[in-house]
Amino acid sequence: MMDTFAALAHGMAVAVQPMNLLYALIGVFLGTAVGVLPGIGPALTVALLLPVTYKLDPGGSLIMFAGIYYGGMYGGSTTAILINTPGESASMATALEGNKMAKAGRGGPALATSAIGSFVAGTIATIGLAFLAPWLVDFAVRFGPEDYFALMCVAFVTVSATFGDSPVRGLTSLFVGLTLGLVGIDKLTGQARLAFGVPELLDGVEVTTLAVGLFAVGEALYVASRRHHTEEKLEPVRGSLWMTREDWKRSWKPWLRGTMFGFPIGALPAGGAEIPTFLSYSTEKRLTKYPEEFGKGAIEGVAGPEAANNASAAGTLVPLLTLGLPTSATAAMMLAGFQQYGLNPGPLLFAERPDLVWGLIASLFIANMMLLVLNLPLVGLWVRLLAIPQPWLYAGILVFATMGTIAAKPSVVELSMLAGFGVLGFLMRRFDFPIAPVVVGLILGPIAESQLRRALAISLGDPMTLLQSPISATLLGIALIALLAPFVLKGLGRFKANED
Amino acid sequence: MTSGDSAQPPRRVDRAGIVIAALLAALAAVLVWDARGLQSAAMYGMGPEAMPVVVASGLALLAVGNFIDALRGNLPPRESTGPVPVFLILVGLALLIAIIGFGGGFILATSALFVTTSAAFGRRAVLVDSAIALVMSTLIYLAFDRLLTLSLPAGPLERLL
Repeated sequence: MMDTFAALAHGMAVAVQPMNLLYALIGVFLGTAVGVLPGIGPALTVALLLPVTYKLDPGGSLIMFAGIYYGGMYGGSTTAILINTPGESASMATALEGNKMAKAGRGGPALATSAIGSFVAGTIATIGLAFLAPWLVDFAVRFGPEDYFALMCVAFVTVSATFGDSPVRGLTSLFVGLTLGLVGIDKLTGQARLAFGVPELLDGVEVTTLAVGLFAVGEALYVASRRHHTEEKLEPVRGSLWMTREDWKRSWKPWLRGTMFGFPIGALPAGGAEIPTFLSYSTEKRLTKYPEEFGKGAIEGVAGPEAANNASAAGTLVPLLTLGLPTSATAAMMLAGFQQYGLNPGPLLFAERPDLVWGLIASLFIANMMLLVLNLPLVGLWVRLLAIPQPWLYAGILVFATMGTIAAKPSVVELSMLAGFGVLGFLMRRFDFPIAPVVVGLILGPIAESQLRRALAISLGDPMTLLQSPISATLLGIALIALLAPFVLKGLGRFKANED
Repeated sequence: MTSGDSAQPPRRVDRAGIVIAALLAALAAVLVWDARGLQSAAMYGMGPEAMPVVVASGLALLAVGNFIDALRGNLPPRESTGPVPVFLILVGLALLIAIIGFGGGFILATSALFVTTSAAFGRRAVLVDSAIALVMSTLIYLAFDRLLTLSLPAGPLERLL
């Protein structure tokens, strides 16, 4: 307990250095500016802004990242409220009520309750992160390679199969990601796999190339292909920005309840902010004194899900920082940010670079504070960004998307891969395959393989080692249940339907 | 490609779904074919060829799963698409790759992509857009070159700066 306070105080000392404050400020500003653009969620915001941080030192760049992360989340909810295009499924609940409020001329209070709710939730969840992380690190140092392998199996299954619409399509995405993860030189034997004699492929598939291709290029192609379907309408922010006493009274409980949903679910290696946001939305709908307002712009329906969304974003940092386990697309991009400096999050990072980890956690507090102070006064600026005509907006997005790859590796092969992943992202959107499992598969696949091979090498090739460790046996059991549950439930549902 | 219309009867073989299943099966075959060339150097445990085979088995199973979904017509409905905008953006990407590949530099390459994408989203003012694109990409180039000291590929235009 005291250790946590000492570490956090040390982190604060790192974070409040003038240069680091500046990095946090730039991060928050850029994150909001990019996140507010329609169709760009936090994951893509982080992916697009990765190259900007190439030349910084790791500490400064991770602090900027914290700002980009929270800024991107905040920008996303602004878009959801003002033009009803949730950049990601986690903002869908916000768009549901928030856009109705904006249409009724209450856009100001909707933005305010989402900003203050995000601040409250982010702060509580970051405190949770600060106290949960060291405890989890103590636990994680006892993990052997077989336990890590089992943990990744849990993450694979929950990210792709358990919570999606169709387990078959989710797993298909995951296996495409795992296949991409195989490309390149095998680290243990130095043999090339799936490189087909192309030298650029020996280093493997770059996470940023895949993510930017799938998210940015894929999204631009998809929106272009169905341009005639959607007519986006920007709601002007009319009236007062401030919340009335009544608004406050109706908001504070949903903020806290949303946080209680968001943080634990985000912290489990289950991934996804959709579940807590929808849990929060349905809870608020049930508990409200004004049920007739739901569906027409109830402030509780913005306050709760927004808090849940932010709290779960901080929650996903728990498995990311302590176990190196990304459970959402955004967390996967954060991991790519760490890897660009050769840093591997996990128990070792807490021991070797405490200044970095605790500086990052402290920066999360600071970024949250900056967002609260900056965003409401600047809302006019963000609204103007939303008004960029669609042709220029997507042309600009594609220029920025390719710019990152051009800056990192200006080769024809790399750029062709970017375009190819763009087409893949387009087709996956069109045929309704989830995107995040591909990215998670690419990142975690190689790690899972090396842990499994290490475990088997230690046990002299005996696969029973996976079941002899109680941690690994339990985790594999959970993974198996999580894998089979949706199929069994579907079968039961069909059985019931036949009976009726 | 069949365009799924919600008015159609739900039990209908989905041809796109069959193609997806076939592609997954082909990918699995490529994995196995590639893994055959690897030598297992490990004394104990698994060599480098084991994981590709595991992933290939998963892909093969999923190919069957997708095939069944397609036969039952279980795929979610799809909206009709316009092929022209997609084609225009792909032309833009191809131009970008070609210009970078032949040493045309960052500014020309990204400007080409900007103009084609803007056209894909329905703009017809090619000259105005070209001017905007050139100014914007020049500014980006200068920002990267001078402020971040990251070198972007230089072509004839960049050498003038």
